Amino acid sequence: METILEILGVIFISIGAAFLLLGSIGILRMPDVYSRLQAGTKASTLGTLGMLLGIGFFEPAWFLKIFIIMIFVILSNPISSHSIARGSCRSGIKPKLKETVNAYRDAMESCEESIKKDDK
Amino acid sequence: MELFFEIILGVVSLALILSFIRFIKGPTASDRVVALDTMSVTFISVLVLLGHMFNRFIYIDVSLVYAVLGFIGVLIIARYLEGGI
Amino acid sequence: MNIFTVILVVIGAIFMIVAAIYAISRKDLLVATIATSIISLVLSVFFFILQAPDVALTEATIGVALTTIIFVVTIRNTKRHEEEEE
Repeated sequence: METILEILGVIFISIGAAFLLLGSIGILRMPDVYSRLQAGTKASTLGTLGMLLGIGFFEPAWFLKIFIIMIFVILSNPISSHSIARGSCRSGIKPKLKETVNAYRDAMESCEESIKKDDK
Repeated sequence: MELFFEIILGVVSLALILSFIRFIKGPTASDRVVALDTMSVTFISVLVLLGHMFNRFIYIDVSLVYAVLGFIGVLIIARYLEGGI
Repeated sequence: MNIFTVILVVIGAIFMIVAAIYAISRKDLLVATIATSIISLVLSVFFFILQAPDVALTEATIGVALTTIIFVVTIRNTKRHEEEEE
């Protein structure tokens, strides 16, 4: 039984470390801030979750606290990445590739138009 | 099994180096905030790994505090870039 | 203390020195605040390796959250870019 848990732990820790390394390579190689955000936060979230789960397999007595850490990582990391993307968009950073769809700007324009109608 | 954890620690250290190079190079402030966020999430897994290698249960608490409070700094810098606070 | 832990400590020391030089040489004060946050992040891991988890807990709370909030509020109330000296 313990060898099965250790084999599962080795597999999950290896997957987690590989995703952390791939996320950092993506941060270094991507062209502009939005794709860097995509590579950095999503891959590192998956890598951290895999690594925590693997160590939870190695030490089953720790599993409750590790589970709480996993819940906080799942909750807090998308909030910070969404906030960075919104701040970059509002401070006027353009994407480097050709822009086809900008749903945020369209939503803001329609919102401002509705505010002007209400004022009239 | 000791050697496996040491090799994993080396791989994660390489990931930290690559994130730090982006912090040095990054042209705007948003790139540096992205690098800080990634380093902060990577350090959570480094702390849990070191707690397993030292074999102390109480060391997990530091990682828990990081997971709860670590994103507040990133959040407030992003609110400043947006123009609000 | 084995070889990869030593490598992690050396990498952390290099991070702290480079980030400190970066923080005092930039004209953009927001970038200096981010560099200060990285310094306290690595310093907390150092306290952890030196078997002092309570100090690491305090350093993580104050250095990552509180100092960043106070500096950013100060930058908002004054100005972001430092002026060139004559």
